[in-house]
Amino acid sequence: MTSSVPPVFIFLGAAALVPLLPGGLRRLLVPAVPLFGGINLWFLWQGTPALDVTVLDYRLELLRADSLSLLFGLLFHIAAFLGAVFAFHVQDRLQQAGCLLYAGSALGAVFAGDLVSLVIFWEGAALGSVLLILARRTPRATRAAMRYLVFQLVSGLLLLGGAVILIGDTGSAAFDHIGIESLAGVLIFVAIGIKCGFPLVHTWLTDAYPEATATGMVFLSAFSTKLAVYALARGYAGTEVLIPIGTAMTAFPIFYAVIENDLRRVLAYSMINQIGFMVVGVGIGTTLALNGTVSHVFSHVIYKALLIMSMGAVLHQTGRINGSELGGLYKSMPQTAGLCIVGAASISAFPLFSGFVSKSMILSAAAAEGHWVIWIMLLFASAGVFHHSGIKIPYFAFFAHDSGIRTREAPLNMRIGMAMAALLCIVIGCYPAWLYALLPHEVGYVPYTGSHVLVQVQLLLFSALAFIVLNLVGLYPPELRSVNLDSDLVYRRLVPLAARRGEAAVAALGRRMQAEWARGLDRVIFLIAHQHRPGGVLARTWPTGAAALWILVLLGACLVIYYV
Amino acid sequence: MKKKYWLDERRNVMLLIRIFAALCVGVLAIDAGFHRHEEFFWEGWFGFYGFFGFIACVVLVLAAKELRRLLMRREDHYDE
Repeated sequence: MTSSVPPVFIFLGAAALVPLLPGGLRRLLVPAVPLFGGINLWFLWQGTPALDVTVLDYRLELLRADSLSLLFGLLFHIAAFLGAVFAFHVQDRLQQAGCLLYAGSALGAVFAGDLVSLVIFWEGAALGSVLLILARRTPRATRAAMRYLVFQLVSGLLLLGGAVILIGDTGSAAFDHIGIESLAGVLIFVAIGIKCGFPLVHTWLTDAYPEATATGMVFLSAFSTKLAVYALARGYAGTEVLIPIGTAMTAFPIFYAVIENDLRRVLAYSMINQIGFMVVGVGIGTTLALNGTVSHVFSHVIYKALLIMSMGAVLHQTGRINGSELGGLYKSMPQTAGLCIVGAASISAFPLFSGFVSKSMILSAAAAEGHWVIWIMLLFASAGVFHHSGIKIPYFAFFAHDSGIRTREAPLNMRIGMAMAALLCIVIGCYPAWLYALLPHEVGYVPYTGSHVLVQVQLLLFSALAFIVLNLVGLYPPELRSVNLDSDLVYRRLVPLAARRGEAAVAALGRRMQAEWARGLDRVIFLIAHQHRPGGVLARTWPTGAAALWILVLLGACLVIYYV
Repeated sequence: MKKKYWLDERRNVMLLIRIFAALCVGVLAIDAGFHRHEEFFWEGWFGFYGFFGFIACVVLVLAAKELRRLLMRREDHYDE
């Protein structure tokens, strides 16, 4: 038996039910949707399904199921299910509808075979995701959500513009390899780049994600940026400029992550670092690199969800998320602490955990192509990610100095969600063959060699040693209540400041012009009045003889001219 | 009454650190007697990954600490 139902229909249909269902059913609905979707996905996998709709002469391909889209489809179903279990206690309709709309749109975009449907689902994902930030219902979150939405909509508009030009040029709406040789290609590249968190346009992510609800950020971390990586892999594989862009993405966020106080914001910076690895992989574009990218997306979504869940659990239980206010929580939340450490080991690419079997493929691909500078930068970033995500997150939340906070373990559903994610991290790490079998290209890569295990263990142990030494000698920077300036300074400070200054200048100019105008008008009125008032030139009475004299003079002049 | 945990004792933390340091030394020792597969020539140097990891993290943390002078602002910096 096969299926040809696009997964997006299932998710959006369920999202439409959210306002109608009573509380208990609604809570069951959210995890049931990805489960049911998973069955549908299984049947999709069995056949070669397609669903085409013709709208205004364009063939919209709502279901393109090849190895790449099916793999992302599977991943998004898993992520939606993990997130739904973690958020099972949530009764808020806004969040329930938001996460279904968001996951559904992301699935729609991944299975879209043409640019028009891609644009529609791209925007759908933006709208669904912003609900998860708005649902925090604080003025701060609302402002961040609006900034986030502007970025997402600009990305959508650029994608739309690029798509329109491309369809005009080629006459086809198909979404295949695009490249950056044409204007349309560049527009779409920038659109994807914004959603991917390219340097300088990454701040929507670090700004808004940590403002989402404790459960909302789990969904946010899974879909938007991975959808962008999918689109890059589909349209821009082998585009060389992605290699330096991706390398920059791996490197700069780790500095921010070390000094950031909000632990969920640390994870947001670390997301950009991890996506950087994927972008480099797409840029290299060899089969090994693309396999590495796709498998890293797979392990990343799960361990990142796990880490964000563990911090979400901390936020949910204590109401706090700043490193400066936390510490010693292993005493009251030992299970959460343990699960967090599994996520930390996975993101750090410890052997037997998921990051180990995927990230190294990208480094190997860089080495195989002779990109030695890139390779060194990626190795630096690998050590760095262990430092801030692998050590800093669990250390400052659960250990460090005891903050005195005593609470209870997170709700059971949260722990089950985390436990399932942790199990997946370990299964992928121990049985990478299962993941490798799903990849778009044949895999000849063997992660577990003596050399590889040894060098990775060495790298990680000595990175940890650096942390310990710096802490013992008191050189490690303490967690401080602060914000760190990033490129969002431009639109959160400089542009509003410039706008206020500009407004003031325009207002001053306006006032001056008004004053000048009034003065000029006064002068004109004065002159007119001066001529007409009693005794003015135009108000004088003239004798008739004077007029006769003037006429005589004029006639005389005419006579003279006539003769000459 | 406050419950006393094993990790609350400084002595126990130091014990863990000593075990950890011994692990590091052990890994270095294996490196000395193991011929590793290498893509670049420097990978073959003794303990390359260990030294790289250590130095990279020290540089990272100290550089980030300096960056604070440039980047760090009060928590309410963006609030009106």
